[in-house]
This record gives sequence, structure tokens and C-alpha cells, in this order.
Amino acid sequence: MIELRNIRKSFGDQEVLKGINTKFEKGKVNFVIGRSGSGKSVMTKCTVGLLEPDSGQVLYDGRDFTAMTLKERKEIRKEIGMLFQGSALFDSMTVAENIRFPLMMFSGMSESEMDKRVSECISRVELTGSEDKLPSELSGGMQKRVGIARAISMNPKYLFCDEPNSGLDPQTAIVIDKLIVDITKEYGMTTVVISHDMNSVIEASDTIHFLHLGEVAWAGENADMMSSDSETLNDFVYASKLMQRMRSTLK
Amino acid sequence: MRVIFHIGRYTMFIRNVLRRPEKWSMFRKLVVSEMNTIGVESMGIVTLLATFMGAVMCLQTAHQVSGWIPVYTIGFTVRQTMILEFSPTLVPIILAGKVGSNIASQLGTMRVTEQIDALEIMGVNSANYLVLPKIIAGFLTIPMLVVFSMTLGIASGALVAVLTGVSPMADYYQGITIDFKAYDVIYAMTKTCVFALVMTSVSSYHGYHTEGGALDVARSSTKAVVYSAIIIMISNLVLTQILL
Repeated sequence: MIELRNIRKSFGDQEVLKGINTKFEKGKVNFVIGRSGSGKSVMTKCTVGLLEPDSGQVLYDGRDFTAMTLKERKEIRKEIGMLFQGSALFDSMTVAENIRFPLMMFSGMSESEMDKRVSECISRVELTGSEDKLPSELSGGMQKRVGIARAISMNPKYLFCDEPNSGLDPQTAIVIDKLIVDITKEYGMTTVVISHDMNSVIEASDTIHFLHLGEVAWAGENADMMSSDSETLNDFVYASKLMQRMRSTLK
Repeated sequence: MRVIFHIGRYTMFIRNVLRRPEKWSMFRKLVVSEMNTIGVESMGIVTLLATFMGAVMCLQTAHQVSGWIPVYTIGFTVRQTMILEFSPTLVPIILAGKVGSNIASQLGTMRVTEQIDALEIMGVNSANYLVLPKIIAGFLTIPMLVVFSMTLGIASGALVAVLTGVSPMADYYQGITIDFKAYDVIYAMTKTCVFALVMTSVSSYHGYHTEGGALDVARSSTKAVVYSAIIIMISNLVLTQILL
């Protein structure tokens, strides 16, 4: 479980996070949603240590990440996998080399063990046969899958996905969502997904955390979101005409 | 204030770069790869520059001294210019244009495409992993390129001297051997090593701290070249005052 306690972060005079308190549960796909500029990315960066919060605590299974030394943080980071919005694959490396990279750096595995693990990860994301391709030779969806394979290669306890479906067609987006859900259940990970995509939120989330103006304005289970009384959440969820029609039909 | 900010951030950056590599086997591979990029792939431009500079220097000196100074002065001037200034100073400045912009744009692109963030999330010291091999490779290969440039410049001067008839080979040879001080080479190599460090680290600093998108990568690349050249020129003045 990952717990955020009163996380605050400002850039100059602008306070982006105004005391975030929330919990991301183990074995569940925890979605963070909100309008652009609501603080989702800053919150994620503060959680994984790419940004330092001004105050507050980030607890990974009770371990206070914000109070750790660089060396201690490094150990926690080996338990974290992250899928970036643009996949962030190393473009000078092939698919197999990308997935192998964290294993080479930290696993202490032998060459044959690493080969086996790379094959497992590649087949898990159904990309067998693409081992020797460069990221530039892959489609957006395939790059996302390689990103997922790289993120899970070290068997992480925590998986962060930043806009995993951005730029993907609806069918590929469903494939990526399903993969994230399956992997979360299979490995019992704490997964945090940042997304705008309401289809994904409805299809793939277990819990939802709605950020508004730097605060968690609403948090709850997937099933409760559609019937929430929160006006700000409803304004966000039912922003499109399609969703408004859906709400009328549901009512 | 901006200068103080950059000096502070550069110092912190270098402190991160100079940590022990995570994996020595990987570090060695990266150093060899960077030696190829920085050193071997720069042979062409250094060859071209040194050849023509040596030749032009020979003709210009001949044009200016003919008739009133001994002919061996041509060889002497070519040697001194190539060893003392052209090779150790101008070659690193030109390499700042080629290698420095390459380093800055590579790191800048990695930054804006979140590849550096990906390294950090994995627990890799990205500054150390990406930059230290470049600095070490530059430190090892740029002095070799400078020695190569010195040799080639003097040799091309000799060729042009003989082919155009401005100086017989014996006089040119006398010029390049007369009053030779080994300290001049030590001075040149000391400068080269400092310039290699400046060029690779300043270019890396600008690329690593890129923020934004493609335009900002281009800006970082330009800044890398301009600031490397400025710092090399200032260091050149300071080192010359100290060493000579």
C-alpha cells in the first residue's frame, strides 16, 4: 500500500498540491483522475521522488520515503516500476535490451537467468518476435507494452502508469488497460494509474482518486463514482455529451 | 544571480556525475562507445582542419618573412603555432561544435522524452550513468586528437613548403627542430585536458538540464557550444598566464 499524508508542493507562488491525503491499495488498480493542471503529475512525481514535496509524507508499506537517504530511496526504487506517457524507452537499445536494462543494473542474475526473464516479460505483453526491434520500429501500442514489460521486469511491488492510453486508438487502449489489470492481480502489485480517459477509468479501475485544485476532492470505489453526489466530480465525469446521455439513461 | 545559480547547479551536477558507477562492466562498455563517438568519429574533421591549417600557416609565414628572416622560421612558426595554440585550443573549440552539440542534444532529447526520469525511477544515478563515460572518453581521446592534429599540421606544412618551393625540406626540418622545448607539449596537453573536461561537462550540463520540448533541445545544444567556447577561451587565458 502507498499512503500520502498531507503532501504539499508549490512552484514559486503557485501552490499545486494543497495537502494531499490518500491511500493506494495493494492488489488494486488505483486511478488518479482530474482536469489538466489539477496536480496529478506533480503528485505522482512527488510520490516516486522525481520531485521533492515541500511537506508531508509518502509511505510505501509504512516506510517513509520522504525521510529516507538517497541510498535507502534507491532500494525502494528497485521495487517501483513506471510506465511513462511517452513510454520513455531507451531509443538506442532494442526491445530486449530495454527490458534487460534494469536486470543488468540491479538483479545480480546470470546471463541465462536474465535471458529467461526477458523472454517471460516479452511473452507476457505478447510481443514475442519483436525482441530485436528498436523502439522507433514499433507502433505506439507496442511501445506501451514494451514499457510495461520493462516496468515489471524486476517484479515490482508498485507500478505507476502515467496516461497509459494517451495517443492510442480505443481498441489498443482496451488491450493496455486489460494488461495493467491482469498484471496487477497476477503480481499483487499496488498500481497507480493517472488518466483522463473515462473509458479506462470505468473499465479498469478498482479505486478512483479525483484531484481538483490540488486536493483530493473525491475518493472511492469504481462502483460509487457514477452515483456520487460530488458536484466537482460529476462536472468532470459527465463533461462529455455521451456521458451526460449515459447518466440520463442510467437514471 | 543567474551566473551564481548555474555555478551552484553545475557543482551539484558534477558531484553526482563523479560518484562510483553502479556497474563497472556496463561503465567500461559505455566509455568505449563514447570514445568511438567523441574520438574516432571526429578524426575526419580534425584531419581536414589540421591539414589545411598547417598548409596555410606555412604559406602565410613564407609570404610574410620572405627575404628578411631565415627560411627555417617557416617550419619554426608552423610548429609553434600548431603545438602552442591551434591544436590545443582551436581543436577543442571546433570539437565543442561537433561533439558538444551532439552530447547536449542527446541528453536533452533523453530529458524531454522522459528517458532520464525512467533511469531515475529505476534507481540509477542518471547523471553518473550518462555523463561520466562521456567525460572520461573526452579526457582520453581529445588529447590524442590534439597530438594527431599537431603532427598532421606540421607534416602538411612540410608538404606544402616543398611542393610550392617556399622552403627546402632541410630548412623546414631545421625550423621544426630548432629550440624545441618539451615543456611546450606538456603545456599544450595540460590545456587540452582542461578543455576536454570543460567541453564535455558543460555540454552535458546544458543537455541534462533541458526543460520543455524540441525547441529547448535546440537551445540547449546552442548554449552548450557557446558556453563551452567561452569557458575554453577564458581558461586558455588563465592557463597561459599560469603555465608560461
